[in-house]
This record gives sequence, structure tokens and C-alpha cells, in this order.
Amino acid sequence: MKYGMLIDYAYCTGCLSCEISCRKEHGIPLDEWGIKVTSFGLDKLDGKWSWDYLPTPSTLCDLCEDRRAAGQKAACELHCLANVIEIVPLAEIGKRMEELGHRKVVAYLP
Amino acid sequence: MLNDTSGFISEEDGTIKVRSCAWSPPGDHPVGCGVILTVKDGKVVKVEGDPTHPITNGRLCPRCLALDEVMYSPERIMHPIKRAKEDRGKDKWERISWDEAYDMIEAKVRDIWANWGAETIFTLVGTGRECTLYAPVYGPAVMNTPNGNSTAPFSGQACYGPRATISNYLLGSGYPEMDFAQYFPDRYDNPQYEVPRYLLIWGKDPIYSNPDGFFGHSVIDIMKRGTKLIVIDPRVTWLAAHADYHLQLRPGTDAAVGMGMIKILIEEDLYDHEFVNLWCYGFDALYERVKEWTPEKVQKVTWVDPEQLIGATRAFATNKPSTALWGVALDQSRASTQAGMCFLDIIALCGYLDVPGGIVLSKPTSFIGQWRYDMSNTLSEEMAAKVIKDPTGKYKLFNASAAMGGVQGDTLLNYLEGELPGFRDDEVPFKLRMCWMFGTNPLACMADQPQRWYKALLPLDFIVVNDIFMTPTIMAVADLVLPLSTFAEHNGLVTPHFGRNTHMIGAMNKAVEPIDTKSDLEILIDMGKRLRPELWQEFDTAEEFFDQKLQATYGFGYEELCNDVVRQMPFHYRKYETGELRDDGQPGFQTPSGRIELYSMLLPVVDEDPLPYFEEPEYSPYSQPLGVVFEFPLVYTTGGRNLCMFHSEHRQIPSMRAMHKDPLVSIHPQTAEKYGIEDGDWVTIETPLGKCTQKAKITLMVTPKLIHLEHGWWFPEQDGEAPNLFGVWDANANNLIPHESVGITGYGAPYKNGICKIYKAEGPKG
Repeated sequence: MKYGMLIDYAYCTGCLSCEISCRKEHGIPLDEWGIKVTSFGLDKLDGKWSWDYLPTPSTLCDLCEDRRAAGQKAACELHCLANVIEIVPLAEIGKRMEELGHRKVVAYLP
Repeated sequence: MLNDTSGFISEEDGTIKVRSCAWSPPGDHPVGCGVILTVKDGKVVKVEGDPTHPITNGRLCPRCLALDEVMYSPERIMHPIKRAKEDRGKDKWERISWDEAYDMIEAKVRDIWANWGAETIFTLVGTGRECTLYAPVYGPAVMNTPNGNSTAPFSGQACYGPRATISNYLLGSGYPEMDFAQYFPDRYDNPQYEVPRYLLIWGKDPIYSNPDGFFGHSVIDIMKRGTKLIVIDPRVTWLAAHADYHLQLRPGTDAAVGMGMIKILIEEDLYDHEFVNLWCYGFDALYERVKEWTPEKVQKVTWVDPEQLIGATRAFATNKPSTALWGVALDQSRASTQAGMCFLDIIALCGYLDVPGGIVLSKPTSFIGQWRYDMSNTLSEEMAAKVIKDPTGKYKLFNASAAMGGVQGDTLLNYLEGELPGFRDDEVPFKLRMCWMFGTNPLACMADQPQRWYKALLPLDFIVVNDIFMTPTIMAVADLVLPLSTFAEHNGLVTPHFGRNTHMIGAMNKAVEPIDTKSDLEILIDMGKRLRPELWQEFDTAEEFFDQKLQATYGFGYEELCNDVVRQMPFHYRKYETGELRDDGQPGFQTPSGRIELYSMLLPVVDEDPLPYFEEPEYSPYSQPLGVVFEFPLVYTTGGRNLCMFHSEHRQIPSMRAMHKDPLVSIHPQTAEKYGIEDGDWVTIETPLGKCTQKAKITLMVTPKLIHLEHGWWFPEQDGEAPNLFGVWDANANNLIPHESVGITGYGAPYKNGICKIYKAEGPKG
């Protein structure tokens, strides 16, 4: 079965636990990265504050295949302080996005 | 023994997984986040979150995830080291054994006892770390001095102490904490729990700080369940950007905002009449006091938009239940006592205390807090009377009944400097001679006017520091360093809120051997047995100590706790109805009136006003002469957190420093343009008292009139020897902080508010 990474980034606070836990799990050196958080904002859009963080996995991401085979969550999924990362079967991604029910959700298929 | 228990799991590949609750070292507050440490060949090879932990559910912040880099850092101090007194400031350390280190301390203390008196010894403690449970005992119960306890190298004890103390006075309770279902094993699903409709976050950025026992991302947990936000903060934090209401106040004006909110609550009849009638004292007097604080007056003083003030107050009061968090910003102004009173008055008037989805309460001290208190009372009356106090008789509250006792920080610096009337050499009964520091690096963090503290500490005969890394403070003034074990290397306990509202007891399970390091508690027991053995008969080891204290208080032992890892505490709401907040078991609150004291019966006894009032910060656009305001046209605030560093720690941890390389000063784009500053430029921030240099971050988080500086910066990669001392004077926000601009109580200092000018600097040294 194929899986994807779903990020409910409306609640991503930019804590960077995904970056460091991925680095530690896969032994990624400091000049490379497995997942990286980008900040969008702080901006004022149409009179309202807008500030989002968005984690993006790199080509080094294998969705923590070994961890998941052992029945564990992916490193970023487990440690994310805001609990916004989920590894979801590809076929269920659309349904899960709908369940989350708001606009700020992305899916990656690394 | 290690098999088949939940604390220690042996794996087929020969590794052991140790479940534990994190505290410190390295720096952290007592949240007790659940960790699983994988141990192979006696080393921690992996740190993961523990999915079974009831509060954190596997989540961990970057600092725990980088624990291995701390434990196995080549820069960590792994053996006791000493240096000749004449070599202070020089990198001339010599490795010694623990026996030699202990012998040195014992000989020095006995010499001081015989020749100068125990009162000439003092201790200093930093914030939040595990040592805060044990450091207060070293002074009285090891060295027989009254000048120890929770004394911090800190103006106005401006962290937690002010909030804990005003809670004692007004509520007679421990720390009032947001209800995040922390007492329930099934958490937010517990049928008794209600999701708060609004969360008022005042002077706190909890998603980046996890203070005192509160797991900060619980805010996100309840936001996902529908809670909306009201934020009172000078900056547009991420939480403020996501709030329904943002009261963007001028830093240091919290009490004025609070009185404005109280006036609206009362005049618009939004308060909880039944709760106020039954459980509050002094309503009419409070109303008289706040009457003048119209939204327009509040705006003039605080810069808060009246619409936001009114809207936020209505939303908070009319959406029941709502909850609230108060942060260190309330401590870090001169009017900290008054800001705290306003916060407590507002949550009381709304009837949100100890109700589901409100703010939970507990008794002020329990468990190890009680032991610490008992051990502090082991001085003779004659010795206890030798505690250093201000000679003018001020700071009565601090000196009489502080929640965290000791010498008031400003008084201590004055005493060391010996320049003020009453404190000159020929006027004081004794000179201070020895200092022992725990979990503090005052020259980089905490100490107001740190160069004055440096000069004041240098003449001491003997300075001992317990720490895990070399710091500017150690390099500058220490003679002996006792290396500490990390939380993965010793057995311990985690008590959120230091026992003042403890929803769980966590086991800190030793995963690997500490090599040649020890915990603060182990050192305490060892030295207690050497110096005051009569007080240290009941136990020989840290584990025996924990076992006895747990058995006596909770009826289970340390081994059970280590196996279970976490024990949540029993709890129910509305304890003021059932008598559990008072020592006599009667309903009500542990105050003279038996009620929440909106009008305090006790504060006048210690020279403080019984009701809140507003006092302009000493260095503000409205309190200084026009010429000064013209020269220093901007307002500054300090101390915003990031998750990869704890105060002055973690600067030498590679992956943490990579996430946050430089000290950053936040400047609004308009202001930056006005002063010709671009993003990434080095900028000097100067006040009437001092200056420092940080790197510009151009951002809308601040207003054009406000800048924000980071705190606690030093540079382990630089030359450590004096005078450079790892560059500790260059970026140090505390260079700007006035000495002794504190409240009547002795609490509260303006670490987060002042006036400044900024200009482009040539380089990082300004």
C-alpha cells in the first residue's frame, strides 16, 4: 500500500521538532535536511494577520518506512508538538482532508 | 529486575529502552515530558517521545531530541575542576576528584564557621531547573546560613515568585493553572471536562516556553477542540496572529489594562454575581478603585485599542467556561504585584476558578515543597535573624512572607557593593565571603546590570558552581566547579509547578551511568552529611529520600513510581466548596477573610496597597524628562523564547545553534527604514544605562514604536578568558536593565520594559 504525508498546517507552530527528529532518526548531517519548516508571514492580508508555517519533506524522506514497519509512527509524526503530521494511506487522503474540514491542509507524496 | 517492567524494557537486540520524564539538566522546566531513551553499551543512542505519556503523548521539543548532543558534547564538564583564586578569568583549570572537591568545600565552610560566621556564606539559584527543588536547602541545612534559600541573582525576583506570592495572598492557594484536563487519565475526553470557549493568554508565549509545568502545546490541543484566543502581548506572536482579540499593550502597563477590564466587567454587569457574593471579599472597594479606568484612559496609558479591550472583556466573561494563562511578563514590571492582582480579580469575578474548563487550583505547598520548607527552618533563631535585609526596612512582603524565600536580589547586590547608607563596610555586621551557585549563569542571564554583579562577586574568597558546561560566569568568578549529571544519568522526580499545582508525579529514571558527575540532590546529601550530619540521618541516597517522601505523602514508593513512570494525582473541581483549599477543612479559601480577597487584608500589613493601582515604569516615554525621551525615542521589550534554547543554555549544541544562530533584535520595517537598518545588520541598542548589539530581524511582530531583544546570549565559540568572557557583555540584554527599579513588595523588575535608541553597528561587538 502507498502512503502520503498529510499536514494540517493551520496549527503548525514552527516548533522544528520535525526537522530535528528527522535528522536524528536518519542521521542527516547539518548541511542537509529531511524535512524543513518554512514561515509564511507575519503578513497582513486584507486587514487580517496571516502567519503560517509549512513543513516540507525532502527527497531523503521515506516516510520512516522502517519505523512504520515496526509499528511506530514516523519520527516527525510522533514528535510534532502541535500534532499536525499524519502518515495516511494514499486512498484515504481525500477523505481525511475533508474530515479536517478547513482549508489549510496539504498532502505530500515523497 | 530490568525485565518486564514498564520503566525499563529489554529489547531482543540487546538495547534497553528506559521510559522517563524529562526535567534538567539540560535546562528545562518541570513539565516532565515523556521520553524513551534507548541505551546501547552504556550510552544513550536515541531519544524518542513516549506515546503512552498522558500529557505529551509522544511529542517532544527540539531540546530533548538533541539530548545526546548535550550528554556527549566534547565541551561538557565531566569531572570536578578547580582553579586558584588569583587565576579567576583565566582558563587554568585542574581536574580533581570528588573527594578533593568535597574536602575543599568542607574545609572552607568550617574555616568560615570558625572565623567569620556561617552568615557570611550565601547561595544563588537560577530558574525552573531541577535544582530549584534542592538548592534552597544547601544554605540552611548544609552550611547553616540564613543567606541562601531561593536567593536569585535577579532584580525583583522577577520570575514566578511574584505570581506565586500574590496567589498566596489573594487566593491562599498554589499556582492557578489553565485547565487542560491535566489531572485526568482520559484527558480531554473525561466527562467532567469542558473545553474552554475562550483562552486569555496574558504576557506569555506558551507554545515556545513550556513554563513551570504547563505543556505549552496544550493551547493547540484546545484550539483544535474549538477554544478561541484573547492575547495580551506587546508583540504579534503566532498566537496573537491567530487570536480573536489582541490587546497590544505598551510593555509594563499590564495593571492599567487589567483595571480597564475590571471596570467593564462590573459596569456592563458581566461578572458572576453568585460566585462573587459567596466567595469574594472587597468587591465594592475594587469597583471604586477601577472606576477611573475608562477605555479611553486605558488607551492613553497602554496604547490598547478600546474596541479590542471592550470586545475581549465581553467575550471572556460571557462565554462560559473560559480559561486564562498568565506569564512572566506580569512579573517583569515594577507593578508586578498589581498586574497579578488584576489577573486574579478578573478570573475570580468571572467565576472561572476551579470549574471545568476554567482555572484549576491546589494548595500552596506539598510533598518536597514541605520538606524544603522544613529543612529551611533548621537554623537557630539567632542565626535566622542574620538574614540580610534592606536597612531602610523596605520590601516587607518579600522579607516576611515570600513564596520563595531568601535575600531579595537587589538588596544582595547592594550589600555586596557596600556603597549605600547602612550597607557600608563600617555599618554592616559582616562581609560576605563565600557563594555557591546552582543552575544559574547570572552574568549571561538574570543579573540586572551584569557588570556590576561581576565586580561585586569578584572580591569573595570562594565561589563554587554546580553546572554541566563552562559558562561566562564560571570562567569569570568560580574557584571550583561540580559537574552535574543530566536527567538521563540520575534518578529523580518531576513535580510540575514545583509542588504548587502538581497534576502528576513523574519518574526521572536513570538510563546510564553518570561517569564522574552527580545530581544536585546527591551533592546536597553528601555535603549535608559532612557538614550538618544531625539533619541528614534519615536516608543515605537520593532513592531512599524519594521513597520515604513518596510513601509518607502518597502511600506508594519510588520503585513503583519508576516502573509506572507517571502517576497522575486525584482531583476534583470546586474544592472551595468542600474544604480542601483550607488547612482547617472548612469551605472557602486560605485567606484571613476565608474568601478571595479582591481587597487584600494582608497587603497593608506589609506596606502595600490592598487594591491594584498603576505605576508608570521608571524608564518610559511618560516618566522621563522630554530631553531623555527625545534621545531614547523607542520602547523595548525583551525575552521572547525559541524552542531550541533554554535561557543562556544550548548555545554550544550544534543542531540547536544551527536553528538559531544569532541574537536577534526585532524591528518594524518603518523603524528600520528610518534608521537605515536592513535585515541582518548588526544593531546597537542603547539606553541611559547601557547598550548591547544584536542582529536585525525586520518584522511586523513589533509596532513602529517598539523593538524586541533576545536575552541570555553569549558565544561559547569565542575567547572565554577575561575580559572577553565568551562575549558575554556584547549582546547581553541585561546591560539595559536598571538595578532596583522594583515594587514596594520587593517583587517585580522592568526586565521587559524600558526606552532606547538604536543605530547600525560596525559588527557584533557594536
